Amino acid sequence: MTIALGETDRQMLEGRSGQARRMAMSIIVRMAEVYGAGELMDISQAHIDGCGLMSDAGLEFAEKLTAAGGKVIVPTTLNMGPLDLQDWRRFVTDEEFAAKAVRQGKAYTDMGCVPTWSCAPYQGYLTPRFGQQIAWGESNAICYANSVLGARTNRYADYLDICAAITGRVPKCGLHLTENRRGQWLLRLAGFSRALLAEEVFYPVLGHLIGAMVGDKVPVIEGMPANASDDQLKAFCAAAASAGSVALFHAVGLTPEAPSAEAAFQHRPPERVVDISPQDWYHAWDDLAGAEQGAKLDVVVLGCPHLSFAEFRSLIEAIREAAPAKAADGVDVALLTCQQSLALVERTGWLAELEAFGARITRDTCVFHTPMIRRDAKVLMTNSGKCAYYSPGSLGMKVALGSIGDCVRSAVAGRVLRRRPG
Amino acid sequence: MSGTSGTTRQRRTMQGRAVVAGPAKGEAVVSAQPISLWGGLDAKTGEVIDRRHDCSGRIVTGRVFVYPWGKGSSTASAILLESVRLGTAPAAIVNCATDPIAALGSIIADELYGRCVPIVVLGEEDFRSLSDGDRLSIAPDGAVTVEKP
Repeated sequence: MTIALGETDRQMLEGRSGQARRMAMSIIVRMAEVYGAGELMDISQAHIDGCGLMSDAGLEFAEKLTAAGGKVIVPTTLNMGPLDLQDWRRFVTDEEFAAKAVRQGKAYTDMGCVPTWSCAPYQGYLTPRFGQQIAWGESNAICYANSVLGARTNRYADYLDICAAITGRVPKCGLHLTENRRGQWLLRLAGFSRALLAEEVFYPVLGHLIGAMVGDKVPVIEGMPANASDDQLKAFCAAAASAGSVALFHAVGLTPEAPSAEAAFQHRPPERVVDISPQDWYHAWDDLAGAEQGAKLDVVVLGCPHLSFAEFRSLIEAIREAAPAKAADGVDVALLTCQQSLALVERTGWLAELEAFGARITRDTCVFHTPMIRRDAKVLMTNSGKCAYYSPGSLGMKVALGSIGDCVRSAVAGRVLRRRPG
Repeated sequence: MSGTSGTTRQRRTMQGRAVVAGPAKGEAVVSAQPISLWGGLDAKTGEVIDRRHDCSGRIVTGRVFVYPWGKGSSTASAILLESVRLGTAPAAIVNCATDPIAALGSIIADELYGRCVPIVVLGEEDFRSLSDGDRLSIAPDGAVTVEKP
């Protein structure tokens, strides 16, 4: 298949704009062939996920681009990295790993990326606009940008993201195009009580359920509360993009491309209609409890994706309700966030309360990329569907999902205490 | 061998689409479930580590990893690239829907190291005809020859 290239594209591909752009454009063009795209198009913002995982190959790739003069030509933010840059010695004893991680971060910032180091980039600097064509990595952020903001991105995998940022070009296909943003499956929530819909865990559990159900289809959801908050939608996206490949969903009356179901389906019939009952939801809830009620708890992880200011507030409220307001001995409470949220939290009195509780804040990174979890830890509790999905394989731990309140009460008791919602 | 489908008693050739072109041979490790290679594959050991996956605990190094499509994390490309660097990568990947994230990992491995993981997409019926332990030969044009054990 031939890709129709513009004059600037050809200049880049032939190495007339430097070797970094040549390599980046070569990868973009080969990926256009993979996607079956006939041409390329402009993007005006990028978010890099390839800076997150510390691997020797990833470091070689980033340093090769930097050494070849690679510079981003659109505003570009960074996902979390492999280290808490200010405080990495707390967890990382392997100096070689740390030195490589610092080099990898530097390679990306040398290319002009903004050092946001956040996996919730939609809650920080450079939030994309409705309809804006962007190239984002990080599955939860992709889902949020497409669905909640109405910006347009495909699922840019690690290393394609920086190629897009360096060239400003992507294959013209997929969710960049209006017709592919059409809803495919209609999912109708039926019979849910007001109380269950108001639960914090309603969203990550629903995301887990729907992700596993639809795979990579575009679901249109009827019956999601119209007042869902940014953080609730973030929790839904993270779970749906882990249990499945959901890069775009529409929630009728809630997300911007779904003022009505008809609009979300672009006036065509759904390919499939599925009713989702509270029984289905409780089945998913049960599926997210690999650790049993009452099991000895080792670690609580909050902030997957990174905690927002509002989530810190919920946590503080839960801690103030706990008695005593202190985690049991032997329970680590890991709070993951980014510098931007932390800067706001630092302007409150909460840091002292969090410290008194025994919680420790880590910024710029997460439990999957830096060795934060102690080796003998077996049971983890989290409010995140994504963290619950990946922890058994990536960390080898048993996991229970609960609300922030459940996590706080469990930390205090030193045992998994999940309140059955609804 | 021609690119058209042909059947003998033990050997059968099916025409797929070469997503990342290259020759490969190996024993099939067949999954009925989609996978995210990040959180799903350990690049150091080549083991499938998604404990919810039907291939959990299996080693894909040097084998043809057959799974329907990729899902989940966009870090999957980094895992495949690193597995190429470490020599733990599958010999090839066969899907029934294009997994662009795996394709990218393979293409970057080609750009960086001059070695890729060939990836072929088969039609659904052909894909479903594959079983664990089949010997697969993959041609650069996307033809997949199957020998049943």
